[in-house]
Amino acid sequence: MKPAAFTYHRAHDVADAVGLLSDLAAAGGDPKVIAGGQSLMPMMTFRLARPSALVDLGPLRRMPSMTTIRAEGDHLTLGALVTHHAVETAALPDGFAVLARAMRWVGHLPIRSRGTVAGSLVHGDATAEWCLLALLLDAVVVAEGPSGRREIPAGELFHGFYATAVDHDEVVVEVRFTRPAPHAALTEFARRHGDFAIVDAAVALDLDGGSVTGGRVVLGGVAPAPVRVPEAEAVLASGGVAGDALWAAVADAAAAAVDPPDDAATTAAYRRRLTRTLVADACRDAAGGLR
Amino acid sequence: MNDPHLLSLTVNGTEEEVLVEPRRTLADVLRHDLRLTGTHVGCEHGVCGACTVLVDDAPVRACLMFAVQAEGADVRTVESLDDGVRLSDLQQSFSEHHALQCGFCTPGFLMLAEGVLAESPDAEREEIREALSANLCRCTGYQTIVDAVHATATSRRETTA
Repeated sequence: MKPAAFTYHRAHDVADAVGLLSDLAAAGGDPKVIAGGQSLMPMMTFRLARPSALVDLGPLRRMPSMTTIRAEGDHLTLGALVTHHAVETAALPDGFAVLARAMRWVGHLPIRSRGTVAGSLVHGDATAEWCLLALLLDAVVVAEGPSGRREIPAGELFHGFYATAVDHDEVVVEVRFTRPAPHAALTEFARRHGDFAIVDAAVALDLDGGSVTGGRVVLGGVAPAPVRVPEAEAVLASGGVAGDALWAAVADAAAAAVDPPDDAATTAAYRRRLTRTLVADACRDAAGGLR
Repeated sequence: MNDPHLLSLTVNGTEEEVLVEPRRTLADVLRHDLRLTGTHVGCEHGVCGACTVLVDDAPVRACLMFAVQAEGADVRTVESLDDGVRLSDLQQSFSEHHALQCGFCTPGFLMLAEGVLAESPDAEREEIREALSANLCRCTGYQTIVDAVHATATSRRETTA
């Protein structure tokens, strides 16, 4: 349970980190970025990951742009090194308050104290809360590489099985959430509190008084990557009175649409049942935001 | 590929300099290099919480942090709690409430609780329960640990009131 040996490199700014990644790779290495390390370190102690070198973004914490949460107009921008706990305790605008409420599902407090938003997105676990929230609130990941900065919309970020569109020589500098959702919620089920979810569901409702006019449904744990469920969103778009009958219809549509993985510990049928329950719960929670 | 790094950090108020291999975790440097064996190591992959210490006042898993990442950090371990003669109020409360049996998980619970109470001095029982769910104990069944931390929170509030 000890990581394999690697060389360690401290980045002094973003350009330095990008340069280190390119130089180490050009020298035949397999470098990886470490920020909070809360996903990478367990993988390294199990030796599922054996990078030849780590480029540590820790020193970049002194740069305000990397650790600041900024609300500008209809956007919320999180520096790449903002921790889960910083979001949990931040006073966020109504349109993004779901982010703070969802943090209680991310591991435990000591994990949230170190783990970062960008790190979670780049790790790309199919059940990670941040991956669902990115799809729910149209996140844009800003990454810097050797040829400059580019923006990756959440819809193009997740390739499944821990692969993302962020290249090996790129460093995420910020994550911008561009779709405020005042009526949104995330919920999940795991066998033990703080474990990775078996299935998690995030819902954002477009409400006009007591009527639903549309919304989003995002699921984790039912496919190799987190997914939006157009069939369930179509039920929301067709509208109706906010209430249990509509939530049941949305949940049934979601459960019918997914084709979840089937394994000995957790069958596909079980994940489908969880999907139905969690989508209905998330709808109810999201509508409760009206109060 | 040994690649030793000179690491400077503050541990329990003392400035320390250690030459470390990058793959050494903070838990290993505390135990093996600094001989502070109060920090226990259970699962070594971030599940059990036995190695919880405070880094810049925040409770973290010392097994999920490479020591080199703690450059310049202020680390507090369980050894910082008592004054050499008397137990701290929190430790005393653990004793009075039977919040430990074998004691293996206790240093992690103590440092987790110190971090939680420092950030949320007004924490009530439910919030304490939620926070303590981060760590595993195979003996007590947790109720007595929650009791001990809750009693400490209450008495600290009364002292400062």
